Amino acid sequence: MNMVSEIASAPAARGASDPAVRMEDVNKWYGSFHALKNVNLTVGRGERIVICGPSGSGKSTMIRCINQLETIHSGRIVVDGHDLTPGGKNVDLIRQETGMVFQQFNLFPHMTVLENCTLAPMKVRGVTKAEAEETAMKFLRRVRIPEQAAKYPAQLSGGQQQRVAIARALCMNPKIMLFDEPTSALDPEMVKEVLDTMVDLANEGMTMLCVTHEMGFARSVADRVVFMDRGEILEVATPDTFFSAPQHERTRFFLGQIS
Amino acid sequence: MIRIFGWNEFLVIVMAAQWTIALSAIAFAGGSVGGLLIALMRVSEVRAFRLFATGFIRVFQGTPLLMQLFLVFFGMNIFGFAINPWIAATIALALHASAFLGEIWRGCIEAVPKGQGEAATALGLRYYHSMRHVILPQAIRIAVAPTVGFLVQLIKGTSLASIIGFTELTRQGQIINNATFSPFLVFGTVAAIYFLLCWPLSLVARRMETRFSRATAR
Ligand SMILES: Nc1ncnc2c1ncn2[C@@H]1O[C@H](COP(=O)(O)OP(=O)(O)OP(=O)(O)O)[C@@H](O)[C@H]1O
Ligand SMILES: [Mg+2]
Repeated sequence: MNMVSEIASAPAARGASDPAVRMEDVNKWYGSFHALKNVNLTVGRGERIVICGPSGSGKSTMIRCINQLETIHSGRIVVDGHDLTPGGKNVDLIRQETGMVFQQFNLFPHMTVLENCTLAPMKVRGVTKAEAEETAMKFLRRVRIPEQAAKYPAQLSGGQQQRVAIARALCMNPKIMLFDEPTSALDPEMVKEVLDTMVDLANEGMTMLCVTHEMGFARSVADRVVFMDRGEILEVATPDTFFSAPQHERTRFFLGQIS
Repeated sequence: MIRIFGWNEFLVIVMAAQWTIALSAIAFAGGSVGGLLIALMRVSEVRAFRLFATGFIRVFQGTPLLMQLFLVFFGMNIFGFAINPWIAATIALALHASAFLGEIWRGCIEAVPKGQGEAATALGLRYYHSMRHVILPQAIRIAVAPTVGFLVQLIKGTSLASIIGFTELTRQGQIINNATFSPFLVFGTVAAIYFLLCWPLSLVARRMETRFSRATAR
């Protein structure tokens, strides 16, 4: 499997000029609880962002705002050039262009692996069943489980289920992939197979925002690491700087705790 | 003149069971459509829908079925329709079933983990496809047993339609009893027929319940 060589070079345009995601002064409340406080973040095309921070700091909330699983109360989110201001009409478009992988996999238990992968392309994009299945098999091969296509999720291991979830998202040809602690629910021996899949994806040039505490992954794959605490982005840095010279006291405390 | 309760009388009662079955079937069919609507309104994001569905359920769960039958029966007259026990009983029982099935199915829809709907949404599926292909198929598995259980209640509930003059099993029994004055035989027969209608359904419901709990335990 030579995914790496398929798209060998890193994407040319990385940076703020033509961003994949731009968040400006985003605020969100759950009732009276201020979950996101003036969040600003710009993610370039092809950029790999790792988001970390203590539990309850708003990491999930932030990435769920990008595909509007949560709505924001003020500020602006632009995804792939589409403005996502609340009430806007671009939500459906954005959801088709962003794939999301959840901690709990969230595969559809009443469908086979193949059906999980073909449902959205058929119902949302309107492609034929044959076409959808061909695409599904292509991505199932990429995550190295084509032989499981006819099985039901409950018959797979956690690691296999999460790879199916990745393949399912990829079947919609997303431009941006969002991961919310994709390996946290896995037994330790299955973490690697999922991380490897994500590394492959990164090497293909996918724009990725990834909430994870896998610091090895952050070191080797991330272009930038975002540290969140209490609803704020406290620090954004390259992995080198982030791990060797964290600026903030709370970042140092956090790194001390997880390592 | 007192008739003897014989073979003929027995057959007349048995034949009346078809009206009980027909009334139950139509009420259940109507209640399924109404119940699905009520359940969807109950879990809707639109507040007005939720309020309406909640009110509807409260009213029908909080009043006796007999009063619901009376209100529809006499209400039709007030609103200028001819009094027709058939139509009144069908409408009242269908509304009644809508409320109860709506509440049962709401619980089943809410029992589907939240992540399922989120995953569907994240894939770009909109409300209809998400409900139709992701949420409802999972809710139905949970719903089968309590739904059959309610159907049994509904069949027994149709006996109340006898009071507004609809000639189904119970009313036919009363008519025969008035002629033969053998209440024990007559109502024994009537009860036995209800039992034969309901008991197999109860068995099916229990079988499905154990099958479902085994399926989720895995
Ligand atoms: N639906 C909700 N209603 C109310 N409060 C919520 C809701 N979702 C999240 N919160 C609160 O918002 C805060 C941020 O939650 P979030 O899930 O984004 O944190 P997180 O950084 O992803 O944490 P974790 O590492 O535990 O996943 C938490 O304090 C949480 O309790
Ligand atoms: Mg989280």
